[in-house]
Amino acid sequence: MSVKQTARIISTYAGDTSGVASALFELGGMTVMHDASGCNSTYNTHDEPRWYDHDSLVFISALTEVEAMLGDDEKLIGDVVKAARELKPAFVAIAGTPIPMMTGVDFAAVARQIEDRTGIPSFGFDTNGMRSYVWGASAALAAVAERFVTVQDNQGTVQKGIPVNLLGLTPLDFSVLGADAAMKDLLEANGFSVLSRWAMGSSLDELKKSASAAVNLVVSGAGMGAAKVLKERFGTPYVVGTPVGDRYAEELFSLLRKSADDGECRVIGIGESDARRVVIGEGVTACSLARALTLESGVPTRAVSATDTDPLLTASGCPMAVDEDDLAPLLKNAETVIADPLYRPIVPKTARFVPLPHEGFSGRMFRRDIPDLIRDFNKFRKEFDL
Amino acid sequence: MIRKLGEKEGKPLPISEASFPAPFDAGLEYAAPARGTWNIAHTGMLVPEAHEIFVCAQGCLRGVVLTAAEMGASERFSTVAVRENNVLDGDLENLLVEGVTDILEKLPSLPPAVLVYTSCVHHFMGTDLTLAYGELGRRFPSVRFTDCYMNPIMRKSGLTPDQLMRRQLYSLLDPKEHDPKTVLSVGGDFAVEEGDFTALLRENGFRHSEIQQAKTFSEYLELARAAFALTTQPAAIPAGKMLAEKHGMKHLHLPFSFDADEIEAQYEKLCAALGIPVPDWSQNRAECEAAMREAKRVIGDVPVVIDYTAFSRPLSLARLLLKHGFRVKRIYADSFTGEEKEDFEALKHEAPQLMIWPTVHPSMRVMPRDGDPRTLAVGQKAAYFTSSPHFVNVVENGGLWGFDAVIRTAELMTEAFLEEKDTRGLIGIKGWGCGLCQ
Repeated sequence: MSVKQTARIISTYAGDTSGVASALFELGGMTVMHDASGCNSTYNTHDEPRWYDHDSLVFISALTEVEAMLGDDEKLIGDVVKAARELKPAFVAIAGTPIPMMTGVDFAAVARQIEDRTGIPSFGFDTNGMRSYVWGASAALAAVAERFVTVQDNQGTVQKGIPVNLLGLTPLDFSVLGADAAMKDLLEANGFSVLSRWAMGSSLDELKKSASAAVNLVVSGAGMGAAKVLKERFGTPYVVGTPVGDRYAEELFSLLRKSADDGECRVIGIGESDARRVVIGEGVTACSLARALTLESGVPTRAVSATDTDPLLTASGCPMAVDEDDLAPLLKNAETVIADPLYRPIVPKTARFVPLPHEGFSGRMFRRDIPDLIRDFNKFRKEFDL
Repeated sequence: MIRKLGEKEGKPLPISEASFPAPFDAGLEYAAPARGTWNIAHTGMLVPEAHEIFVCAQGCLRGVVLTAAEMGASERFSTVAVRENNVLDGDLENLLVEGVTDILEKLPSLPPAVLVYTSCVHHFMGTDLTLAYGELGRRFPSVRFTDCYMNPIMRKSGLTPDQLMRRQLYSLLDPKEHDPKTVLSVGGDFAVEEGDFTALLRENGFRHSEIQQAKTFSEYLELARAAFALTTQPAAIPAGKMLAEKHGMKHLHLPFSFDADEIEAQYEKLCAALGIPVPDWSQNRAECEAAMREAKRVIGDVPVVIDYTAFSRPLSLARLLLKHGFRVKRIYADSFTGEEKEDFEALKHEAPQLMIWPTVHPSMRVMPRDGDPRTLAVGQKAAYFTSSPHFVNVVENGGLWGFDAVIRTAELMTEAFLEEKDTRGLIGIKGWGCGLCQ
């Protein structure tokens, strides 16, 4: 029997519960992970680089065996209500972990109870700790899009360019080294007006105005959920891709203009499937980098998504491989592998390894070496001769 | 929700108004970014040459995978991810057996021992671990498997994961003929520092052994030769009991303390068990007094705050310091062990205004952390909550015990007062002192 869920040596991506907390971190809410212990220290040590400097409200419920066995949701609800009344967050988010999944906690009902008692908008997320942060972050941002975004009165507001929102900006994909500001600057230098950044560098009030955008740019998988909700609710089209490299960014900008004009959604950025240069990482960012490298260097480059991947992306040709056994055949003939340093042990010795640290995989270990590919794509290419 | 009598909201309160052992109500919990205490992955690595395999959900694996990576021990660490389909199909035994098998077959060579960590999910699913470990034993007869647990949901029922981990560290030992002159220190993360305890053993012809001295698995197996198993902190007691029951060692629990009378009483108990004369400790007591006086002379009246992560007896330390004129202002602790009861009651009268602060209560997330910049903090959490660069960077007793713990603590406090530390940088390191972690 072949077991596809083992990792002899490589790391593990941040879990979906952390994804929820990360996506909502800057929005003034209170996130509670319904967990016994462990999720909190893992999150704030490895998944949340902003923890030391920003007092965002993220807690665990400290679930006990007895409470789980008895299905004592009232303990959770009571504790959350008490803390919410004291700390007065803008919203409350409850995120699940493995045991609540097994005992069948109805998170939507729990959230409704909390909202009824506090008057504070509340969400429940049936995360279970068994999926990657991409799933959790996407669900969280989708909930924000569903609940908070409203049509604003824009009368008298003059936009300097095509209004756009950046969806899926979280430190787990872009760290905290300025990629959010760099992306904003890049778009504004190319005729766009960035209304909001979901959810790094923007307030909840800025996100609420997102319906005014003509188009959304999904810069990582974490933005897919919100993109679909905003399309559904307001008809805003979206384009999927991270603007790295001059030529690829220009392709994206061109598609953004087209989508803003015709209302169609577009997914681009898939590398060539038989290429011997491979990027491993989160789907959207990895595919974008692969495409950018192909365009700039002329060397075909493909991507492998190692996290939860939206069907739109997989349907476009981005393979998904999470476990070591799944990755091995995809790397077998690779000449160059570009991936987080913790992938190095499973890369064939015949391949050249290019380290590209990823907060969502190796956490804080190589943070100082994470390149800002928005600003420094060419420097990265030059450093590694790509 | 029913609240126990005496429990208070998460506001700091004077010890005179605090209840024992849990002064604050239980609710949501916050985690301060002080990471020095060891987790079960750190502790398991104390078994030399052993391989750790965690069988858990992805979100639970993340913390321990990166613990191993940060300590440079990825080669000794593997994972099996439990997914929804395993819960729905109820095939956790199969996943465990096949997953561990898959990993062992991929290792360059078979390790002598494997620590397999199962999770809350296995507990709730009623996974037949006996069956799974039996099958693994049949498949890999040269490998010793032991059951370890990452099931924090059990932290308030039965043995905690921490207690279980410290016990399972010794579960791979085979009974051996005892050496009546060997004393095994059990369940501490750190090697015992050289001092009055080790000197006493040496001077009376006893050998001191501990897992930290074992560099190979063969040396580890020799730990079973000890005739005495000595524990000094509550979390290690189940390990001591197991060694008594399974290996026939005489278990002595001699709690860590800062009180000279209590230390002397522990030594009397130890000497009686070993059949050796009780030394005259007056010189050691005098040295402790001198060390405390000198520390007070240097440190003066700056505020002192203490947290529970530095020493297992924060209240014992507070009493010692208060007796020597230090301005102890705060204790950061969410609960106290039974060993602190006497000190707790005494402090209610001796220092009724000593403030007890929680560390996990949600209010601590937004509590101002800009106290007196001269504050001397004992412990990483105390340093974080007071933003103090003057702190004693010790976790879990730091290998100290006996009169030397008093003298060394006085020295560490003096050093902390005189030299600023990079608080943010130091307290963020996981598993302080675990070898490769710093």
